[in-house]
Amino acid sequence: MTGTGIGAPVRRKEDQRFITGKGRYTDDLTRPGQAHAYFVRSPHAHAEIVKIDKAAAEAMPGVLAVLTGDDLAADNIGGLICGWMIHSKDGTPMKAGAHPALAQGKVRYVGDHVAVVVAETLAQARDAAEAVEVDYKLLPAIAETAKARSSKVVVHDVAPDNTVYEWHLGDKDATEAAFKKAKHVTSLDITNNRLIPNPIETRAAIGEYDMGTDTYTLYTTSQNPHVARLVLSAFIGIAPENKLRVIAPDVGGGFGSKIFIYAEETVCVWASKKVGRPVRWNSDRTEAFLSDAHGRDHVTRAQLALDDSGKILGLRVHTIANLGAYLSTFSSSVPTYLYAPLLSGQYDIPAIYAEVDGVYTNTAPVDAYRGAGRPEATFVVERLVEVAARELGMDPAKFRKKNYIKRFPHQTPVIMNYDVGDYGASLEKALEMADYKGFNKRKRESAKKGKLRGIGFSSYIEACGIAPSQAVGSLGAGVGLWESAEVRVNPTGSVEVLTGSHSHGQGHETTFAQLVCERLGVDINQVNIVHGDTDKVQFGMGTYGSRSGAVGMSAITRAIDKVIEKGKKVAAYAMEASEKDIEFADGKFSVAGTDKSMAFGEIALQAYIAHKFSGQDLEPGLKEGAFYDPTNFTFPAGMHICEVEIDPDTGVTTIERFTAVDDFGVVINPMIVEGQVHGGIAQGVGQALLENAVYDESGQLVTASYMDYAMPRADDLPSFDVGMTVTPCPSNPLGIKGCGEAGAIAAPPAVINAITNAVGHEDVPMPATPRAVWHAIHKAKAPMAAE
Amino acid sequence: MASVTMTVNGKSVTADVDPRTLLAQFVREHLRLTGTHVGCDTSQCGACVVHVDGKAVKACTMLAVQADGCEVLTIEGLADGAELHPMQAAFREHHGLQCGYCTPGMIMTAVDMVNRLGSDLDEATIRHELEGNICRCTGYHNIVRAVETGAKAMTGASARQAAE
Ligand code: FES
Ligand code: FES
Repeated sequence: MTGTGIGAPVRRKEDQRFITGKGRYTDDLTRPGQAHAYFVRSPHAHAEIVKIDKAAAEAMPGVLAVLTGDDLAADNIGGLICGWMIHSKDGTPMKAGAHPALAQGKVRYVGDHVAVVVAETLAQARDAAEAVEVDYKLLPAIAETAKARSSKVVVHDVAPDNTVYEWHLGDKDATEAAFKKAKHVTSLDITNNRLIPNPIETRAAIGEYDMGTDTYTLYTTSQNPHVARLVLSAFIGIAPENKLRVIAPDVGGGFGSKIFIYAEETVCVWASKKVGRPVRWNSDRTEAFLSDAHGRDHVTRAQLALDDSGKILGLRVHTIANLGAYLSTFSSSVPTYLYAPLLSGQYDIPAIYAEVDGVYTNTAPVDAYRGAGRPEATFVVERLVEVAARELGMDPAKFRKKNYIKRFPHQTPVIMNYDVGDYGASLEKALEMADYKGFNKRKRESAKKGKLRGIGFSSYIEACGIAPSQAVGSLGAGVGLWESAEVRVNPTGSVEVLTGSHSHGQGHETTFAQLVCERLGVDINQVNIVHGDTDKVQFGMGTYGSRSGAVGMSAITRAIDKVIEKGKKVAAYAMEASEKDIEFADGKFSVAGTDKSMAFGEIALQAYIAHKFSGQDLEPGLKEGAFYDPTNFTFPAGMHICEVEIDPDTGVTTIERFTAVDDFGVVINPMIVEGQVHGGIAQGVGQALLENAVYDESGQLVTASYMDYAMPRADDLPSFDVGMTVTPCPSNPLGIKGCGEAGAIAAPPAVINAITNAVGHEDVPMPATPRAVWHAIHKAKAPMAAE
Repeated sequence: MASVTMTVNGKSVTADVDPRTLLAQFVREHLRLTGTHVGCDTSQCGACVVHVDGKAVKACTMLAVQADGCEVLTIEGLADGAELHPMQAAFREHHGLQCGYCTPGMIMTAVDMVNRLGSDLDEATIRHELEGNICRCTGYHNIVRAVETGAKAMTGASARQAAE
């Protein structure tokens, strides 16, 4: 390891611009002649659009256009798509209702897009939006997950019982047999609360049409600009791919919510040609609450079968997953293939059977949010395991250890083949760091102050490094999930890396440069990372599912290997030696057995001046590309321990200690990885204690601002104790597993296990607000709804 | 239209604005100082914090005309030329930012915190004082470390200045 190579806590290269206010986010850009878009949104959860009268709005000052779904249809612009086909148990394909970017005939949730006003200024567009007269015929609405299938309300005619699919995974008969022989069965009813992602930068878009070249440019807050371009061209039909450039500049957080292709950017690109001006839109926070894809929202019944020694025999799960009013880009996969394959957790479970019913409701679309399916699975498994240990009178740590998978590779009954891990090592280290031994003493001290104290565990696993293309293709994905990279060496020896990954806080400009620095021996300041522009980077699948390290950096590694191979050929000519005698190490090409060597930069120059070799024998230049398709998922895993103190008079829960020990495989930059863990834990604690998206019975979102939706703030959280164990991942060249989602996956069950431990029974909902905890303490039935 | 004159980052500026223009809009759109961010519409997130006459203010909650005649400092004016302000340096050193969107507001709030409370800030005080600033990325852990360090460095820097 050099000072800036793999494993070094290098300070981030991108920070200079962010700490001086020089970041360039989408809404910071201005385009000459730009006009402003403002969307007319449905105030109703469910209604027919009888008539839209645009005349008054069109006559308002500054208004350039008022456009509706009819205009989209007239231009043959297709609807938004869901790119993952799920089949029901009976083999029928999922029931995907049409999803026009501007409503056609009906609105299906509060915030649904009815029309767009484009005007000279934002204020004029807003004023005119008020003047668009929409005549609605109100329809009854359904918002509640558990009641969607029995409701008389029909959200989409294609799905008369509001059921998108009835999907299943695993071996039903084997699981039934396991339950028959069980000596003990632990059962839980679980609601995984609905969340709103809330990156602090809201979504934004600028569409720009160039009449001279007949090309479009979209600047947008995207985690995967190439996928946005593919969907906008191939499916929605705005323009052919070669006529559409998508740029995602600095992006202020995503957490999944900026993966998807939404109505607003579609409309901005389309409208820019209609009005002949760049069209910009920036979501305000209320719009973000209403129309960003939400996360989670499961209602689950889960049971664990055990023998009398506490060995797990089987698991069965039935989940109803709320998918909202329309199927968002990857929504169908989240409660199915990103969920049930993780139900084995870290445990050797011989039989698993999971059934998932995806349902439509009159709520915002639900799609991937940090962890996407895996937090929901982990919550089910880790709550069940904790409760089972308690019911059997076993120590929850020992119970887990007894049931851990100890031999690898391990084939679970639910698709996944775990390649490597050492779960016991993470557990032991976490117990030590959390001072588990001292817990009883601390509990007594709390009791002396009249407080309750509890401790909770969470042994999570996730499947990251998404994903082997063939595998996801066989499961219904519409795309492959490889990554691309291009390494361009300049004649002076400086390096540009073009990557299909996209950084929206992850620090790729630093970690990717560390890899180049390590492999090529180039100074880190001589390395630039280029991403987020479809005109520069050929193609890429973007950043989500903790894939940039395991997949994106593997692609860079492959391209670097090719650069070294080519460099050896150049060096052979330059030093008049045989190619097989050329070695490359520490940034130098040398001839084996001699003292002849040339620095990487000198070889780069030789490659471009090409004087030492004929351009026929060897092509000039030093630039290589690679597409890397992973051979397996990666399986980060670890143990998180939460310790809480509760004031029984107020129900207020304070997190006293939070310990996280994670095995992410090889770590490129520990400072950045720890930061990812911190952020993930905060979102997980947010889900457990604070955050809840609540729709009332009429389908109004009652938590549509930071006044009503409780975001974790600095004084809601403690400092975290973070540690690591390492088993290098065997399936990629760097041994990386991925770290972006761990905290959000692990923390919720750790927190709820701690609270239920403190209060002495299991009936504590998420979020465990003071009121809910107070009710739990006082044994009254805790309310599930908004506080 | 209303005419406003104020000093922003040491430079006097005068402009005619729609009277409903917010200070945040004014610095972003009229002065193109886009380091001041807007993250909400309910005065909750603190992405927009600037200093007005030396005090931290949420620029989304103040009209530009209300700042008429005031001294405004935004994130762009905090560094002394190429030399970072100690609080900026501490955020980088302690990895107190990820996506960077909350960062300008966090730094401006942190500087104001030290101006008001001095450099000897304990963790509980820092966390409490950051109540009006939301970060979705960092979990605040490293922001707290950054503010602790930045606070100490600020006193060091002002002591050096006084000695010079
Ligand atoms: S934008 Fe000012 S507080 Fe959120
Ligand atoms: S760094 Fe992204 S919101 Fe704070």
